[in-house]
Amino acid sequence: MSILVYVEHHEGEPVKGALGVLSKAAQLDDEVTALVVGSGVEPLAESVGKHGAARVLVADDPSLEAALPQPRVDVLARLVTERGFGTVLFAATVLTADVAAGLAARLEAGLNWDLVDFTLEGGSLVGKRAALGDSVLVDVGWTSEPRLALVRSGTFEPVANGGQAEVERVPVELEEWSTRTAMVEQAHEERAGPSIEDADVIVAGGRGLGSPDKFGMLEDLAKALGGAVAATRAVVDAGWYPYATQVGQTGRSVAPKLYVACGISGAIQHKVGMQGSGTIVAINKDPNAPIFEYSDLAVVGDIHEIVPRLTDLVRQQRGA
Amino acid sequence: MLAPVKVAVCMKEVPAAAAPKRIDPGTKRLDRSVEGALNDFDTHALEEALRLKDSAAETEVVVVSMAPERASESLRKALAMGADRVVLVSDEAAAGSDLVATTAVLAAALERESPDLTLFGQQAGDADGAVLWAAIADRLRLPMISQAASLELQDGKVRSKRQTEFGYDVLEAPLPCVVAVSDAINDPRYPSLKGIMGAKKKPQDVVSLADLGVEPGRAGEAGSRTAVLALAEPPSRGDSRRIEDDGGSAATEILSYLTERKLL
Ligand SMILES: Cc1cc2nc3c(=O)[nH]c(=O)nc-3n(C[C@H](O)[C@H](O)[C@H](O)COP(=O)(O)OP(=O)(O)OC[C@H]3O[C@@H](n4cnc5c(N)ncnc54)[C@H](O)[C@@H]3O)c2cc1C
Ligand SMILES: Nc1ncnc2c1ncn2[C@@H]1O[C@H](COP(=O)(O)O)[C@@H](O)[C@H]1O
Repeated sequence: MSILVYVEHHEGEPVKGALGVLSKAAQLDDEVTALVVGSGVEPLAESVGKHGAARVLVADDPSLEAALPQPRVDVLARLVTERGFGTVLFAATVLTADVAAGLAARLEAGLNWDLVDFTLEGGSLVGKRAALGDSVLVDVGWTSEPRLALVRSGTFEPVANGGQAEVERVPVELEEWSTRTAMVEQAHEERAGPSIEDADVIVAGGRGLGSPDKFGMLEDLAKALGGAVAATRAVVDAGWYPYATQVGQTGRSVAPKLYVACGISGAIQHKVGMQGSGTIVAINKDPNAPIFEYSDLAVVGDIHEIVPRLTDLVRQQRGA
Repeated sequence: MLAPVKVAVCMKEVPAAAAPKRIDPGTKRLDRSVEGALNDFDTHALEEALRLKDSAAETEVVVVSMAPERASESLRKALAMGADRVVLVSDEAAAGSDLVATTAVLAAALERESPDLTLFGQQAGDADGAVLWAAIADRLRLPMISQAASLELQDGKVRSKRQTEFGYDVLEAPLPCVVAVSDAINDPRYPSLKGIMGAKKKPQDVVSLADLGVEPGRAGEAGSRTAVLALAEPPSRGDSRRIEDDGGSAATEILSYLTERKLL
């Protein structure tokens, strides 16, 4: 089998999703190797060992400081080729998706993405992928080695019952062209803003609001319901609402009792952050919006008509 | 005025929003016999290219796609929006291509065009991969920026802001390079009537694998390294209800639903 798990990190800590994938891989194979790439990252090996890696390869070099994908492909391509890893697993993030896809091209290797599980069947790896807006579950395989896989974010919880890993430094040699992209400013943790993780009720808004001032309408509804307001990436990127309120793959994961989605199309990357909600009510004027596939109450209509009325009705009922 | 550049935009046809989306249990491939449409996410990439053209008239915008020939109908919308021409790679031998095979073909088509800037949308609405550009950049040995929520072209360099799990990065890459843009970067223009009329006269160059010098064994199922083994229904979410609003009437129904479920 020989599994390699790529472990991404941020501000001196391995990211949770990567430790989750590592823990899961360690259940299938007790000789799992992990790879940590960056600058000054050797101290991470301890935590990586605890989460199930038998060996930790460390590619440590100042040229790897910035969280950029292409130099990481250089490191991985060389290691996978020289050591003949049969499987390389990634917890999906913005960075690792680019690393995995670049590696697939470099090694002419098969890449399956959006896995929500993986197992061994008759000795070979089988991935479970939720496809077509999660309307079908697909068993996916690979026809050659190495097999590359991106696991959907938030899929596996880290389990810290491993021991101490053997640590090995590996050489770093980068291609000239893969270092041409420069990180001018690297993201730092933006924790400012309201916390949506503890709210029992979330009213979330997307591009269907039409303009940033329309968030006022959602704030009114949220207040009436005793909840918080959240947003999609599309509106956060557009500067309509703070990043701290973004729900989804690159934002927060929430699981309130009630999630009211207003003018949100329901992309998979949004869904992964809110699918654990108790009841999902979606209001969207497009009867084919993907969000209706996973809503408990699908309301086809215009939020500008419905939301203010709903707010009034909730206020009346609560006031009574 | 900016210096003119040559921009390639990789665009895909996907099943139209209203069309049934299914994987054919026989071929285990997406059923593409249904009505198709331009992948919405890619119109943001095209819009970004057209803005460069707006500020430097000599800029050339070429749409590059791989799909069955009938996709040229969906791609005409790109010409109507303002793209100069389309290169559509269409070949029986390319059917069923996975990431490795698709990018072998598209990279060959892009190499032939050798644009200064190659743009991608943030994801294909059917594949949801958000992976293609990184494989293309690696094949072309070009620098790359993904998830770009802004794009500035200056002094032969692209500068972009993009969101990661931790906030916002600012990245810079010299031309020639590959950039995938997020759907927040712009609001795509609608084709004008003049654009729609003119689109019919713009060239759509349909090329085969042989035209690109791609061995048939590198494309399609032969060139793929992944396989679909089995299909299953996902667990159902339980009963869900659907209502159509009529001038705000849904508010009352939502209220009773929430009351029923003791959510108020
Ligand atoms: C790597 C990656 C990570 C991502 N991470 C995230 C993430 O963390 N969170 C996230 O949300 N997204 C994320 N995305 C983006 C995601 O794919 C979608 O692009 C995004 O969620 C779309 O946001 P939206 O629903 O607001 O906008 P749109 O997709 O534009 O949807 C707007 C919806 O509003 C409806 N509408 C319009 N007007 C009205 C009206 N008057 N009344 C009712 N409905 C109306 C429309 O029918 C449409 O369905 C990520 C993408 C990638 C590639
Ligand atoms: N067959 C194709 N032809 C041209 N461009 C494509 C094709 N498939 C995907 N793309 C481009 O790659 C982006 C990401 O697709 P994906 O990685 O498949 O989700 C899309 O937004 C398109 O810009």
